[in-house]
Amino acid sequence: MSEQPENPLRDAIAEAIRDNDVILFMKGNPEQPMCGFSARTVAALQSLGTPFAAVDVLPDPRIRQELSSLSNWPTIPQLFVGGELIGGCDIVTEMYETGELAGVLGVEAAPAEPGGAPEAEAGGAPPIQIENRLG
Amino acid sequence: MPSADEIRQRIETGIPGASAEVQTDDEVHFSARITAEAFAGLSRVQQHRLVYDLFGEGELGGPIHALSIKTETP
Repeated sequence: MSEQPENPLRDAIAEAIRDNDVILFMKGNPEQPMCGFSARTVAALQSLGTPFAAVDVLPDPRIRQELSSLSNWPTIPQLFVGGELIGGCDIVTEMYETGELAGVLGVEAAPAEPGGAPEAEAGGAPPIQIENRLG
Repeated sequence: MPSADEIRQRIETGIPGASAEVQTDDEVHFSARITAEAFAGLSRVQQHRLVYDLFGEGELGGPIHALSIKTETP
């Protein structure tokens, strides 16, 4: 008897990862990141001009718990492309600098400095409100 | 509260053959540069998981507010 207990939050997170080609779980939102690591990851994505979905994990600690147990990754931010975990801030930054991130995202590498504040407007898609799925 | 040296030891003990440089300005945000043969052939995500796995649940984001990781193979 190994029936999985219902877990709507976990399902909502899995669904968001599946339905959005590029999705970032972060603290705060792209317009107002609440953590330097999330800010740096948003900046890398924005400077490549790629649209991405964003989920704020701060509204409920369960979002982060479920995400981490799903992804087997303990820290925030977490970037997924095509349903696969690309990594956190360190990996995204490193891949941005080597040009690999542009490759993974299928865009042209940007000449901008990774530390610089990019001018590109935010993601495109409005932030996803995972916490609405909480019972 | 862990020191940079404790984190370095934890990494070097936990990943055989690894050598780590760990820095911190405030004893809560750490950055580690780790060179290990064990990373060879692994994706970056897998390499970072090897390091994260050395820390208990709640330790990262808890007493260790942040651990920035840079992995390399020798």
